[in-house]
This record gives sequence, structure tokens and C-alpha cells, in this order.
Amino acid sequence: MPTFVFPGKYESLAKIAELVQIATREFGLDSCAAYGVETAVDEACSNIIEHAYGGENKGEIEFSYEITANSLIITLRDQGKKFKPKKIEKPKTNVPLKHRSDHGLGLYFIHQWMDEVYYDNREGYNILTLIKHKGAMS
Amino acid sequence: MEINHTEFKRCDVVKVSGRVDSATAPRLAEKLNEIMDAGRYRIVLDLQDLDFISSAGLRVLIGAQKSCKRYNRGEVVLANVQPNILSALDLAGFTPFFKIFDDTVSAVGNF
Repeated sequence: MPTFVFPGKYESLAKIAELVQIATREFGLDSCAAYGVETAVDEACSNIIEHAYGGENKGEIEFSYEITANSLIITLRDQGKKFKPKKIEKPKTNVPLKHRSDHGLGLYFIHQWMDEVYYDNREGYNILTLIKHKGAMS
Repeated sequence: MEINHTEFKRCDVVKVSGRVDSATAPRLAEKLNEIMDAGRYRIVLDLQDLDFISSAGLRVLIGAQKSCKRYNRGEVVLANVQPNILSALDLAGFTPFFKIFDDTVSAVGNF
């Protein structure tokens, strides 16, 4: 499983997205599902930079992927602050525009677009595993 | 990301192309703020060539909509929204907050 290392800055997001596009094509996802995986990875990497490292250029993001018969498995690793996922809440759509909060949207996207999401912390690394199955509803 | 801004008599059309993510969203916010700071609050966002928008980009859209709709002085409308982008807007629960038009001409005609 090849690993690609990127500097933890927002400019890396477009480069990571190119790798995600290669992976989703290789796995054979349709456009909508591929877009969802790209979104999930983008949100996860943005969270690593913003929350785990607390800003740009504080550390690296390691990206790797593996394709099995029925799954695309993407792993992201960073050495930032330990991540403790909070409760994932669906955005409230029945509130007026001025009261609409956009807090937690990235995390919500990750869980909606991927079929399985796992957080782990080992040997000083945050390890996020994102899994998409073939043919599953996004 | 590329931004093309055209000022019309009754509204402004902003064509956003490429990727709007955490790296580029601040530039989109800056452009929309510049338009609103000039006292112009009727904005058409042409998303024909928008390939990708993350939550950072969606936050810019909702922020601009909040500013434009304040005092009932205008609004942001969307045109040429591609299916993947629409899915993202929908998942975020943002579709009820924007009028969506099939093309830019109809969107401009709204104002």
C-alpha cells in the first residue's frame, strides 16, 4: 500500500484530491460516489490542518489507499492533537437562515459520504480510516 | 479556482470555476464581500464550471446569503448547479435557502 506524504497546508488539498480521483476511478465508482469520497477526504484533511495541527505548516498528512474486491480503503495519518470525535449531528434544516449554524458540517459530510469511518490513535499518530463499498448507497 | 465577475445594472454575476476548498474559499469570500461592500446585494452565482465545493465553500455561500438578505436588500441566487454540487448543498440542508435556476439568463431575470 503506497503512502503519500503532504505538508499540512490547504494548498495540499487539491493534490490529495487528484490522488483520490485516481483511487476512485481505479475502484470504479460512479461520479456521485467518487465526488462523495473526494469530499470526505477533503473535509478530513482540512480538519487535520485546522484542528489537529491548529494551523498550516505545523506537520504532515500521510495518505494511503488500498483497493480490495469490494472496498476502497483510505487511511489518513497525522501527528497532531489527539482527535476525539463528538456526536455527529444532522444539520437542522427547519430553522430560519439567520439561525442556521454551519458548525460540524465537515464531520457530518465525512460520515454521510463514507460507508465506514474509524478513528484510532497509535504511537503518536491519529489514524482515520475511510471505507467505501462498491454498490452501497452513499 | 477562477472567479469572473460581471456587473449588470440590476445585479452582479459571479462565475466560479474549479475547486472551492479551504485553500480557495477565502478568495471567494473576499470577492463577494467586495461586491457587498459596494452596496450591491443582488448576486447570481454561476456554478456551471464548479468542479468541487467543500464545507468551507458552502459556509461562504451561506454567509453571503445572510448578508444579502439582511433588511430585505437582496439575495444570492444560484445558476447552472451541477448534480454533484447540488448533492453537497442538499446534504448540508442549504437548498431551501437559495433559489436555483437552470441558466444564468433566468437567474438574472429574477432581479
